[in-house]
Amino acid sequence: MDNDATATEHAPAPTRYGCRISDSRGQVVIHPTRDTYIATLKVLVDDTFVSCTDLTAVDYSAYASRVGRPTERFEVVLNLISLERRERLRVRVAVPESDPTLDSAFDLYPGTEAMEREVYDMFGIEFVGHPDLSRILMPEDWVGHPLRKDYAIGRIPVQFKGSPS
Amino acid sequence: MTDLITATPGATAEGNQEMRARSELTAREVMREVGAVLRMTETQAATLATDNVDPTEVSEDQSMIINMGPQHPSTHGVLRLMLELQGERVLRCKPIIGYLHTGMEKTGEDLTFMQGGTNVTRMDYLSPLNNELVFSMAVEKLLGIDEDIPERAVWMRMLLSELNRMSSHLLFLATNGMDIGAVSMMIYGWREREEVLRFFQKVTGLRMNHNFIRPGGLAADLPGGWRDDVLDILDRLPDRLAEYDVLMTEQPIWRERLQGVGVITAQEAVALGATGPILRSTGVAWDLRRDMPYLRYDDVEFDVIVGSYGDAFDRYAIRLNEIRESMRIVRRILDRMPSGDYRIQDKKVTPPPRARIDESMEALIHHFKIFTEGFKVPEGEVYVAIESPRGEIGCYIVSDGSPKPYRIHMRAPSFVNIQCLPHMMRDGLVADAVAVISSVDPVLGEVDR
Repeated sequence: MDNDATATEHAPAPTRYGCRISDSRGQVVIHPTRDTYIATLKVLVDDTFVSCTDLTAVDYSAYASRVGRPTERFEVVLNLISLERRERLRVRVAVPESDPTLDSAFDLYPGTEAMEREVYDMFGIEFVGHPDLSRILMPEDWVGHPLRKDYAIGRIPVQFKGSPS
Repeated sequence: MTDLITATPGATAEGNQEMRARSELTAREVMREVGAVLRMTETQAATLATDNVDPTEVSEDQSMIINMGPQHPSTHGVLRLMLELQGERVLRCKPIIGYLHTGMEKTGEDLTFMQGGTNVTRMDYLSPLNNELVFSMAVEKLLGIDEDIPERAVWMRMLLSELNRMSSHLLFLATNGMDIGAVSMMIYGWREREEVLRFFQKVTGLRMNHNFIRPGGLAADLPGGWRDDVLDILDRLPDRLAEYDVLMTEQPIWRERLQGVGVITAQEAVALGATGPILRSTGVAWDLRRDMPYLRYDDVEFDVIVGSYGDAFDRYAIRLNEIRESMRIVRRILDRMPSGDYRIQDKKVTPPPRARIDESMEALIHHFKIFTEGFKVPEGEVYVAIESPRGEIGCYIVSDGSPKPYRIHMRAPSFVNIQCLPHMMRDGLVADAVAVISSVDPVLGEVDR
């Protein structure tokens, strides 16, 4: 890691691959911006992070705590793995609510094809440059994006036998 | 084959998911199927599209698109494949999923960390204990108690996880045999799996969907006589596995059906994010148990089984031999099983013992609170991954400090592995399609979640 004993309170925020990094329970997380996202991934691919094991998103709009709440509504989260160095790295990219788009990582990690479709399906984040951005789990004509926090959980009214009215 | 549709555009009424006939295929589309994985340029991909097929030969009335599934016994549930066929040859394949989607990740946001186990255990229903394990490990990491789990709980988790790997692979052998036509293998595989499930029933009370591994440890200690039961399984299995070798591995028809079928290269597998036996069949020795050890896997000896051709036979052989390796690990666990607590004595996550509830009002309140309200988990996000029988199963949890996960995402190995199907099937025979699906061993409950 770039920051060790020399880092002090006033030192600039630690960076790696040109991005801000943070530590989450001992796991390394880097935070590129939307503009540097693909460029950062390219650097990471060259730095032996050849496999993207997971891509998902989080909708922070109902996040209760004010401390760790990100500024933007959505965040796309990638989990990369370096088979050579046996290392994991997490990438978190903020995606604003007003313009929920992000460049597709498909050209660098073809395995994200289905995962980006899932995020599109569940969160409505569009991936620019994705070859076939369509719903993957929900039916084609479904309205809404289920994993968004403002998407209510469905309820079926139950009438118990013999209950008053 | 349930449905037969000619290759007229729009005939399937599937909107964007529709697969168009080869004659109107753009280079971009071919690129999507293979090009990007092989790192090809668009022009190269365009030549590939016409490379092995003469475009004049494959006119619209000569190739056809058929739907295999979703109701097809060999699709292991409700997987649907659109296959473009020219005679017996598969030109292209597109898997379509979502038929079993029940929104389990959304449900998970509404269940407490205490209840979450019941939800995740139903995802990959063939290795429920691995699902619970990864969920529990993620929650423990968020709580910061992952180092404090008692030794006995850790070794019990390993024991259950390995036995689960055996039962899952045994079921694979059964279904793989059935798909290819070795129907007696189906009965043998189920029979052996049942031995393991009987042990699970004795330990956890249920054959499947145990919710036994919980944040903080396990639900109960091992019952009396468990060692004899495990030894009984271990003594019985080697002969049976040797039988399978005679029945299948050494049998020419079996080899003929699997060897060279559904080949995938290491480069493709890594690019697609495939893990587990699929990645290992291509020669990449990657097993999280060895490469990123969790629990006490660095204390036990086992080999990572690796194939060399990346075909269906390698994947079969890897799983068969992984059962043997798991048995080695289980034997070691029997020697090492320590005594002590089976769950952490942390009042925050552990309910009070049943006997205390009768005599202490505080214990009763505590018990009530922990099961109704749950326990609060500090804010943060964490990703934990372990090696399930099908590959890397990961759990990503975001907590905002409440007793329910703010977001829970399971990285399902089958979901990612299914993307390998188009690459494996390309230019194969339609009869081999069944063998290929079977060799990927997808669990649709986990694919669709």
